[in-house]
Amino acid sequence: MNRGSLRKRRITAAVALGASGLATALGLAILAAILWTLFSRGLEGLSLQVFTQTTPAPGSSGGLINAIYGSIVMTMLGLAIGAPIGIMAATYLSEYGRGKQLSTVIRFINDVLLSAPSIVIGLFVYTIVVLGMGHFSAIAGAISLGIIVIPVTVRTAEDMLRLIPSSMRQASAGLGAQPWRTITSVVYPAARSGLLTGVLLAMARISGETAPLLFTALNNQFWSAKLNQPMANLPVVIYQFATSPYKNWQSLAWTGALLITLFVLALSVIARMISSLFGAGETRIE
Amino acid sequence: MSAVTIPYKQQLRREARAEGIFRFFSLAAALLVLALLAGVLISLCYGGWPALKEFRFGFLTQTIWNPVTERFGALAALYGTAITSLIAMILAVPVAFGIAVFLTETCPIWLRSPIATCIELLAAVPSIVFGIWGLFVLAPVLQHSVQPWLIDVLGDLPLIGKLFRGPPYGIGLLTAGFVLAVMVLPFITSVIREVFLSTPRSLKEAAYGLGATQWEVIWDVVLPNARAGVVGGIMLGLGRALGETMAVTFVVGNAHRISGSLLAPGTTISASIANEFTEAVGKLYTSSLIALGLLLFVLTFVIIAAARLLLLRLESRGAQL
Repeated sequence: MNRGSLRKRRITAAVALGASGLATALGLAILAAILWTLFSRGLEGLSLQVFTQTTPAPGSSGGLINAIYGSIVMTMLGLAIGAPIGIMAATYLSEYGRGKQLSTVIRFINDVLLSAPSIVIGLFVYTIVVLGMGHFSAIAGAISLGIIVIPVTVRTAEDMLRLIPSSMRQASAGLGAQPWRTITSVVYPAARSGLLTGVLLAMARISGETAPLLFTALNNQFWSAKLNQPMANLPVVIYQFATSPYKNWQSLAWTGALLITLFVLALSVIARMISSLFGAGETRIE
Repeated sequence: MSAVTIPYKQQLRREARAEGIFRFFSLAAALLVLALLAGVLISLCYGGWPALKEFRFGFLTQTIWNPVTERFGALAALYGTAITSLIAMILAVPVAFGIAVFLTETCPIWLRSPIATCIELLAAVPSIVFGIWGLFVLAPVLQHSVQPWLIDVLGDLPLIGKLFRGPPYGIGLLTAGFVLAVMVLPFITSVIREVFLSTPRSLKEAAYGLGATQWEVIWDVVLPNARAGVVGGIMLGLGRALGETMAVTFVVGNAHRISGSLLAPGTTISASIANEFTEAVGKLYTSSLIALGLLLFVLTFVIIAAARLLLLRLESRGAQL
């Protein structure tokens, strides 16, 4: 194959590799640009009021406390619904169903659900829960978040459980333990940090989710702690306030966006630290 | 101690019963994953049925979207979804490829992990944040600098000129494509990087031994070897882009029409649902939106499933080696 002179080839290589460096710089610049905008606009509206007052009417002052509360409640409920199911399903895939055809199918479907559009999950919960109850509610929002948690936890938890060496399981079985005892007393504790990482990543994933909450939890301008009523939540408040023409609403939207991003990034960093500290291997969010 | 007082056989039986219960629940949870998929499909079919029955195939071929006369067609939203995702792919794939090359080949080792982490953090940023960033920061920039330039330079060209005509609104299909590109970038990068890393060392060293430059090794050895994985990664990104909602809803303009220009406002399936669902009155309107959701789900399912199959085949091949 004639590729021209060595000089030419070296120039091609330099140009192409230079371009790849530029691409990386571009990617980093975008992240920096987003963070910079978030901080510069979000800090403007950040005050104690944000954490003490409820969302205001247009033009008057207020905070985000009801939205923050709603987000925390629904995220926690979503985790409480999704994480145990996800870990149990992962237990089946990694412990009981290893090598079975059924596991291959479930793993595949789970991977597809992992990347499925979250708004479709919202529609699903709407037709099942919201229409069933007759109105929007916080519990419907929590269920749709829980459904998003399941595939994330299944994926990470299975990866983590598989990392546990089978010699540990065999040792436990040799002592006469039933598989379930081996799993709960040997495998889970050994995979503890990995499982925790998975749950944290799932939490990071759902705390910023907006689409599935739009028509399940809806929104609520006032303080509400009732789970069977619409509940305010940060993502939907950010959406509504940012697309409104009112300056004070837009400012609060930026503050909310800053809070949520800091929270999610902190969670991801903590999850990474745990997994690298305890050698739980690479985890991916995808 | 209670263990002493419980007879040995009774304890064994108890353990066996617990085993049965535990195994049952783990199987049930695993089956629930399948049930979820079925549930989503069935509920969307059920919810979208009135609209599909009313409009039949016209639902896929009509651009009309009129809540007043209750005539609905998905074509405009489908077009917007396809175009914005296509723009996103055209912009994101070369950049993702570049980043993957940089991170696996040229970057100093000590810098690799921090940069990779930063790029992956981009994936953790909630989509709504991309949305408001796109609306308040990116759209004005595009409107004042990029779009006028595109109109001037490309607007008069014979074939593609039509795509870049009309006033620079700032928001529209092109802007949505830009935001989507930023969003899918980390996902594509991470898959490409992984398949690049899995290239056997001996292959690369053999190429270097033949006198290939670093770029030739990447382009002629690493890339062909990683082809299936790269395609899988791109399709995974495409699946994301098709279904992404919030980021697009902010910047796409929400107009149910197909105009030749990329600068014009349009809509996507997900943006239509997000925007109109809570305000939709009438059974047919709601049902049409759910039918749109069904369309989106089937579309993304096919693409993501194909991508996963590709990546899965790759994994099993890797296991055999």
